[in-house]
This record gives sequence, C-alpha cells and structure tokens, in this order.
Amino acid sequence: MRLGWLTQLTQAVLVLALAPLLSGVTRKIRARLLRRQGPPVLQPFRDLMKLIRKEAVVADNASWLFRAAPYLIFGTTWAAAALVPTFATGLPLSASADIIVIVALLGTARFLLALAGLDVGTSFGGIGSSREVLFASLAEPAMLMAVFTLSSFAGSTELSSISAYMQTAAVGINISLALALVALIIVSVAENGRIPVDNPATHLELTMVHEAMVLEYSGRHLAVIELAAALKLLLYLSLIACVFTPWGTAIAGAGLPHYAIGLAAYVVKLAALGFLLVLFETAIAKMRVFRVPEFLGIALMLGLLGTILLFVSKVPR
Amino acid sequence: MSPLGGDIAHLLAGSMVLVSFMLLYQDRMSALINVFALHAYVLACSVAWQAYLQGAPHLYITALIALLFKGVIIPGALRRIIVRLDIHRTIEQALSVGPTMLFGIALVGLSIMVMLPVTQSQGAFVREDLAFALSVVLLGFLMMVTRRNAVSQVIGFMSLENGLVLAATGARGMPLVVEITVGFSVLIAFIVIGIFLFRIRERFDTVDLQALDLSRGEST
Amino acid sequence: MIWFEGPGHLSRLAVYGVGLLLALAVLGFYSARRPLGCRLIYAGCTLTCAALAAVALLALLGGGGTHSVQLPIGLPQTRTLLGLDPLSAAFALIINLDAAIVSGFAIGYGSHAPEPRRVLPYYPAFIAAMNLVLLAQDAYAFLVGWELMSVTSWALVVSEHGSAENRRAAHIYLVMATGGAFALLLAFGLLAGPAGQYTFEAIRSATARGFGPIVLVLALIGAGSKAGLVPLHAWLPLAHPAAPSHVSALMSGLMTKVAIYAFIRLVFDLAGPPAWWWSVPVLVIAGITTLLGVLYALMEHDLKRLLAYHTVENIGIIFIGLGLALAFNADGLKVAAALALSAAIFHAFNHSLFKSLLFMGAGAVQGGSGERDMERLGGLIQRMPVTAIAFLTGCLAISALPPFNGFVSEWLTFQAILLSPQLPHWLPRLVIPAVGATLACAAALAAACFVKAFGMTFLGRPRSRAAETAGETDGWSRAAMLLLALLCLLAGILPGFVIDVLSPLTHLLVGARLAPQAAQPWLRIVPIDPARSAYDGALVFGMILVAAGATAFVVRRIAARALRRAAPWDCGFPDASPATQYTATSFAQPIRRVFGSVTFRARERIVMAAPGDSTASELRVELHDTVWEVFYAPVIRFVERSAERLNRLQSLTIRKYLTVVFVALIALLIIVGAWR
Repeated sequence: MRLGWLTQLTQAVLVLALAPLLSGVTRKIRARLLRRQGPPVLQPFRDLMKLIRKEAVVADNASWLFRAAPYLIFGTTWAAAALVPTFATGLPLSASADIIVIVALLGTARFLLALAGLDVGTSFGGIGSSREVLFASLAEPAMLMAVFTLSSFAGSTELSSISAYMQTAAVGINISLALALVALIIVSVAENGRIPVDNPATHLELTMVHEAMVLEYSGRHLAVIELAAALKLLLYLSLIACVFTPWGTAIAGAGLPHYAIGLAAYVVKLAALGFLLVLFETAIAKMRVFRVPEFLGIALMLGLLGTILLFVSKVPR
Repeated sequence: MSPLGGDIAHLLAGSMVLVSFMLLYQDRMSALINVFALHAYVLACSVAWQAYLQGAPHLYITALIALLFKGVIIPGALRRIIVRLDIHRTIEQALSVGPTMLFGIALVGLSIMVMLPVTQSQGAFVREDLAFALSVVLLGFLMMVTRRNAVSQVIGFMSLENGLVLAATGARGMPLVVEITVGFSVLIAFIVIGIFLFRIRERFDTVDLQALDLSRGEST
Repeated sequence: MIWFEGPGHLSRLAVYGVGLLLALAVLGFYSARRPLGCRLIYAGCTLTCAALAAVALLALLGGGGTHSVQLPIGLPQTRTLLGLDPLSAAFALIINLDAAIVSGFAIGYGSHAPEPRRVLPYYPAFIAAMNLVLLAQDAYAFLVGWELMSVTSWALVVSEHGSAENRRAAHIYLVMATGGAFALLLAFGLLAGPAGQYTFEAIRSATARGFGPIVLVLALIGAGSKAGLVPLHAWLPLAHPAAPSHVSALMSGLMTKVAIYAFIRLVFDLAGPPAWWWSVPVLVIAGITTLLGVLYALMEHDLKRLLAYHTVENIGIIFIGLGLALAFNADGLKVAAALALSAAIFHAFNHSLFKSLLFMGAGAVQGGSGERDMERLGGLIQRMPVTAIAFLTGCLAISALPPFNGFVSEWLTFQAILLSPQLPHWLPRLVIPAVGATLACAAALAAACFVKAFGMTFLGRPRSRAAETAGETDGWSRAAMLLLALLCLLAGILPGFVIDVLSPLTHLLVGARLAPQAAQPWLRIVPIDPARSAYDGALVFGMILVAAGATAFVVRRIAARALRRAAPWDCGFPDASPATQYTATSFAQPIRRVFGSVTFRARERIVMAAPGDSTASELRVELHDTVWEVFYAPVIRFVERSAERLNRLQSLTIRKYLTVVFVALIALLIIVGAWR
C-alpha cells in the first residue's frame, strides 16, 4: 500500500519533470527536420526559470481571477496528468478518477483559461477565447466518443483497467479501435494547439489561439501556464501510449525491476510519439480557422462511428 | 479462418468506409483524386487478403485490376483531365462538410440496420463486412449527390463501384467473368463520362453541372 | 378528525406546510404594502419550505410505503388523497430546499420590487401549488395543483406588465399551459378508465389496459410542454425571464422539475410496464432538446434569456437519463435502470441548485446595474465581487466541470450510456451512442456558453455607464447565493450521500437500487462495480487544491515577488475604448458560423454607409428561429385566418344567433343518436 502511494507520488513528480523535457525534445527534432540547429533540449527549463524570476506585469484592470487562474489551471492539469498511467498501472488514485474525469478536468482548465483570456478586456484575448471554446465544443465530444469505444471494449472507464485489458491477447485488431485511435490523434493535435490547428511558435495575431489567450500574462504567471501546456501535451501522449501501446507497463505492486522496465518503456514510447507528432507537423501546413471545425468534426464522426459499430456488433451478454 | 485473418479482413473493410469518409471531407480536387487512389489501394489489399483467406486465386486478378485501373490509370487520367480542362481546384459542394458527414454517419447506421437482421445466420464479421460494403456504396452515392462538380461525381461513382466489388469478394463465389465484366463496364463508363466532360466543357466552358440545368431551362 | 391519527404523520406535516404557504399567500394581499411586510412573508416562506424539505428528507430516509392523508374535500367518491411516497418525497426535497434558499434571497431582493402587490400573494401560492402537485396521490388533486401552479406562475409572469414583450410572453405561456394541462387531463382520463378510478393506487393496480403508448405521448406533450422539451419549449425562454428574478429562479429551477415529476409519475409509475421502443422517441426528443437548447442559449445576449434557454438544454439531459432508464427497465436490466434514473434525478436536483443560483445572480446584476443585456455589461467582478464568485461557481457547475455537482450527474449518465450494449434491441443500441455524442457536444457547448455568460458580464471592461456604476447587492441575497454555491460544491464532492438518499425512489420505480455509496471507501461513488468505474469528487477536489496550492507556494518562494500594474499589452496596440472588446455576439460568432448556419440559418450582413456618408457601417446578424417557423407560425396563421372568417359571427341579429344555437343543438343530437 505504501509502495503504491510512493509510486503515485513518483509519477506526479515524474510527469512534471518530463513535460518541459518533452517539449524541448520535440522542438529540437522539429528544428533538425527543418535543417536548423534548434535550441538545446533543456531550453524549456531555462525559459521557465527565467520567467519565474522576472517580475510579473499585470494589466491595470485585471481582477483576482486573472492572478488566480494560472495556479488553478496548472492544478487541474497536473491532477489530470498524474491520473494517467505512465510507467505503472493500478496506482492508488486511478481508482478514484476514470478517463471521463480526466477529460472533464482538462475541460475545467480550459474554462478557466478562456475566462482569463477575457479578463483584461482586449480584442486578442477575446479572439483566443472564442476560438478555443469553438474547438473544444468539437474536440471534447470527439474525445469522449473515443473513450466510449475504448471503455466498451474493456468494460471499464478506468484507464488502468483499459490498459491492462489492452495488454491481453483478447483484443485483436478491430476497426472501432482504429477509428478511436485516429479520433484521439486528431483531438490531441487540436487540444495542444499543434500545427494544422494552431502554431505554438507563432505570434501572428490572426492565427493564434492559445497564445492569444495568454497574451497578457508575464513572469511567474506565464511560466505556470506554459508548464501547464507542456503537461497537457505529455498527458495526451501518455494517454495514447498507455492505451494503444500498453507493452511494458508495469502492473501495480509488481516490484522495482518491473517499474524500471516500465519507466524505460514509457520514455521510449514518449520519444517515439513525440517524433511522430513532429514529423506530422513538419509535413503539413496550418489550416484556416474555419477548416479546423471540419477537421475536428471528422474526429467526432469517426469516434461516433467507432462507437456505433461497437455498440451494434457487441453481442448482448 | 484464423481470428487474426478475420480481424485483418474486417479492418480492411472498415478502412474502406473510413476512406470513403475521407473522400467526402476533401475540398481540393487533387487531394480528392489522391484519396480516391488510396480507396482503390485499400480495396486491392482487401480483395487480395480475401483471396489469400479463401484460397481463391482468381480474386488476385480482381485485386490487380483494382490496383491497376482504379489505383493508377484512372487517377492519372483524371489528373490529366483536370490539367487539360483547367478545372477549378476547389470543389463546390451542394451541402457543406459537416451536414454531409452527419448524413454519412446516418447512412452507415442505416446500412448496419438493414444488413444485420438479413444476415443473422452468417458470422459476425461477414455481416459487418456486408454492412461496410453497403455503407461504401451509399457513401459513394451521397458524394455524387452532394457535389456539383462532374469530376467529383465521377469519383463518387467509382467509389460506389468499389463498394460493389468489396461486397462481391466478401460474399465468396462470384465468378471471375463477372468481376472482369464489372471492371470493364466501369472502364467504359469512365471513358464515356470523360468524353462527356470534354463535350460539356466545349459547350458551356465549365464542368459545373448546374450549367446543364440552366441550358434545359431549370435554374436551381 | 381522521387526519390527526394513523401512521402518515409526515404526510400530514407536509399538508400543514402547504396550508401554511396558502395562508401566507392570503396574508400577502394585505402585507405587501410595506417593505417589512414583504420581508416577513418571504421569511415565512423560507421557514415553511425549510420545514417541508426536512419533512421530505425524513420521509425519504424512512423509505417505506405511502401513508396518504385524506382531505374531506374534492370529488364525491374519492376525496383528496395527499401523501409522500419516495418519488413525491424526493422531488419535494428538491423543490423545498431550493425554494427556501430562493425565498431567503427574496427577503433582500424582493422587497424593492416596483409593485410587490403583484408578486407577493402569488409567490407563496406558487410554491404551495408545486407542493400540492407533488403531494397529490390522486389524479384530481394532481390536476388541481397543476392548474393552480400554471395560474399562479402566469400571474407572476405578468407582474411586470409594463412591456409589450412580457405581455406577449404571458399570452403564449397561457396558451401552452392550457394545452399541456389538457394533455395531462386526457392521460389521466385514459388511465382512470370507465370506472373512474382516480386514485394512483387504483390506477396502479388496474394493469394491462393497453393505453401505455398513448399515455407516453400525452405525458411527453403535457409534462414536456411545461418542462420545455423541443418543440414545445417556445414559451419557456419568453416567460421565465419576464418574471422578477427570484420568480424566474423558481420557474426555471423548480417548476420544470415538477414537470419532470409528472412525467416520471405518469410513465414509470402509472402507465404500466414499458415496451422496449418507448425509450426511442424519448431519447431522440431529449437529444434534440439538449443540443438545440444550448445552441439557442449561445445565440442569446440577454443574460436571463440565455439562462432560460439553457434550462431547455438541462431538461434534455434529464430526459436522456429518463429515456435510458425506460430502455433498461423495459428489458429487465434493473440495476442499469436504477443508475440511469438516479442520474436523471440527481441532475434534476443539481439543475435546481445551479439554475436558481444563476438566476439569482442575474437578478443581482440587474438590480445592481439596471441592465441584463450582456452587450452593455462587463467588469462587474470588480464592483460585485461576492455575486461574481457565486455566479462563477454556478457557471462551473452548470458546465459539468469537476469538482462541482453538474459533472457528477453527467458522469452517471455517461456510465448509464456505456451499459447500453447490453440491450437486446438494435434500435436503442443505435440511437444511444448518437445521443451520447449529442450529450458530450452539448456539455462542451454549455462550457462555451457560460464562458460567454460570465466573461461578458463580469470580466473585461464595463461596456456602459450602467455597468461602470453598478453596486453589490444586499446581504440576504449574497448569503443565499453563497449558500447555493456551497451546496453545488458539496453535492459535487459528496455525491454518494445524494445517491443513497435517492435509492428508495429507484426501488419504487424500477425495482432495484444502487449499492449503498456510503459504504465505499474514501467517499467514492461506484455505480456498478469498482473495476468498471468510480469517481471520488472529494479526492479530485483535494488534488486540485493541493496541486494549485503547492504550486502557488513554491512559485512564491522561488519567484520574484515583484508585481507591476501597467496598461494592457494587447500586442502593442491597446485601445482605451471598451468598444474594442469582444462582445457576446462576437464571442459566439465562430460557433454561430459552424453550428448556426444550418440550424438557425444564421447570416451576417455588412451594411456599409454610402460614400461620403459619415454614419458608421454595421454588421447585422440574422437568425431564424427554425422551430418557431416550422411548428408555430403555421398554427398561428391558421388560427388568425379562421378567426377572421368567424369574425362575421360577431354581428348577427338575435334571430340568427338563435338559429346557430339551434342548428348546433340539432347537430349534437344527431351525433348522439348516430353513436348509439
């Protein structure tokens, strides 16, 4: 029992430490693919430390919500990230929050972020918030549809159980699973503001979504928000890794050697997924804003299709 | 049939539906043709896999026909037509993507509802494969209905025919002659439509089929 | 003296409570003249409702069967039966708990109404009427309560009769309420049968009359029109906002729940065993209601109308739960039915909490600034901090975000949806995933809607003089709002208790109950099986607090404490004019374009001034209320046309009138003769 809690705590700290590293690695790979040198892998850590040490500049008319929001956003995102199995399943907290809760926790973070974007009353904040909620209105149901597919496979909405079920041979190859995977990938790309949807590196006013919402933030507030964004990317990649590539993940209480294997496997999977994400990003151009709903609509439709196929083909017990 | 083999056949048939949806989603002519080629590749894979599973060598020929004609020759010809006719690169849709997609989902649901009770006696996968094939046919039809441009209507027709081939290979025992006949009829249809396109273009300076309605005095 | 003896003492107490409320209504006629009188009446309502809520809770915890009280009034052979069975008690608890708090709000808010005499007598009578519907154990008392509820709420809607808009709302409401009551009357008439068995007990025991499907349709029309199911919702977003805000809170938060109760009573309790296909129309209508309701709300920029439209969405969610329960119940999946029913009633409870809270917040905003158009509000978080916190809590809760209560009930609904592959019939299995997608989509759109509602009202810079000079509302109102906000949080982190309290009800209606949640470790809720799904609201809440708190602590330790206030950055082009902000209409523009171009035929037109003309150009948004145009406009046209035709009858001679009457009499006699 005590080991379980220790593992849980380790995981919470691990995701926090790996998140900036992941964004550093993806930036590096991206730069290399574009034949640039790119910043060092540890640059995100330095950026965060730099931001934290700077003074925070807050707009005159910003309310308490503006200052509290970064911590709340980070808190909810971190809580969600700590609930996704990374190197081991069956952690103590995973029994208290299933994957629907994780999706909803991210929804809470997004709600607060969109409000923070509106707080100062600038036009860019408004642009960002209004587009963010539009994208979310399609991405969230798409995600839930993928979740429906996965959980009707495994007969559970808990990620640990789903992951454990996916490790068994009973799964096989199924079209619903493939549809759910595609939906999940599209949602991950959109939710993290990656390239066809949003460009994390841009400050071109009319194209940005996430950056527009956090435009007024600076100093430690910005640092916390950036870290939350990095955590969110890590969360989505971990989610895909734990469901679709469950190999190597340690079962709860399997002992330290298994945990070590699980950890190594997790890092490898994360790196591979990050590489694929960047490869996809460099191969594709950013979409117009009003193409994005269609793109996300596809994810929603695929998720729904997968669920319907599964619901209909399943023989009643 | 090993479970894995059935799984893969099922996956390939499902992928046909997926690619049909991708066809509906495209709004660029060149991308549409590429996706159509992909549709043909998946069909070829699916048919070849069925040939392997059923130990029916003649199906390999069907797969080859699909690959050659629909995967290589027709897309290539369509690309040339587009260049020659200087057709506008974006596709005009009679119904926007979102509602079309919703309608498509409803069609898949419908074909499942129609197919499942009819084929109760068959195994689960055969039923679903037939449902998938019907979905591909219906989605092809939907594409022909919701697109204004003649080229995308041709592609809709071809994808519809792909659905027929998928159904035929899944059902086992369709003679090779029929396969080849269907293949050739499609080719002839394609040629006819191609000529047709050139003629429309000569007459009306566009391939938007609304121009035809106008010439009949029925404006929409 | 029959009602001082026997085992039904709780029912008797509840009847006394209703009597007390009616007495308060009579007192209201006299005491409305001075503010103190108003306050006392509202305080009386608070205490009575709190007592009624306690009685209902005791009745629910007691479980047991109904011990009805017989009143010596009513129809000759039945008298009037009033009592608290678990279903009545659950809804009485929801209604009275909320009504007590809203009345507390009204102690402060309602005393400065412009014409208290038009509000006060009807307010307690309205609450009494809702209680009467719930307590009724026979069709007669039920319908009397129902009509009393309609009439009193209508009187409250016309209380601010100054504007033509409100009068139109009241008119439409009256027409719809009449139609709804008529449908319910027919339903009860069918159930009672030729022998006239009007008590619920008798209806229940007379099984297999085969009227089930008709009763279902009539219940959907009768209860659905009061609850706001699409397409019968048209009156709701007009009438609810027209009343004073505390009354809006009652109408939107509570009267819709009474309608839900009526549906459950008719379909689950009285109509007999359901057929498998009953769930399909309910689910389809509920799904459409959910999605259309939230889209309507997103198009709205009047704060109270936005909230009213959003009620339509929540009613849809509740009906999704009810439809699932019907589907599971028809096929004998009792535990799944209990889960779906618990989810629906839990959501009804939650909705009563947060919708009342939000309407009260809207009332506070209207009272403080004199505005309820979001295009003219903004920045109120600075001037109304307490209202802002309460309203924000309500927004988070209604958007189904953890750790608040709205999430728990939607989570339970999702869990119920995930059980649907066990159903044997194809059609529900095909419909339910689609409804699930609708529900998920509506949840995300609801979040968008409430980002807009809170952001435009409370955040940003004031868009008008009224918003600039707004002031915080009074102490009673603030206390009531904070109390409801706290309840939203508590129901979110301790949902197990609510589910346990509801379990006698599910046992009564579907014959199964969920496992007791209080026995679960760590305040966890486990609907079916811990390996399947579990949710621990308290733990999630704790995790968020600890994570946010620890981060704030660490960042404050290592960071520079310096904080500088400066002009907004805004990419280097800050504009001092508040008109450059996003407005409610522009915030919803992307969603309008994506979802509204088909649903509402939304079009945007730019009206440019002629060259040389110095007037500003405009962006005009056109929206069409499709439901109104398809369902209502033809009916109205028909009625008007026939009225025009019949107009000629108004100016006949007496002889001709007599002829008309005579012909009508002869025609009736012929029909009667032919019937035999």
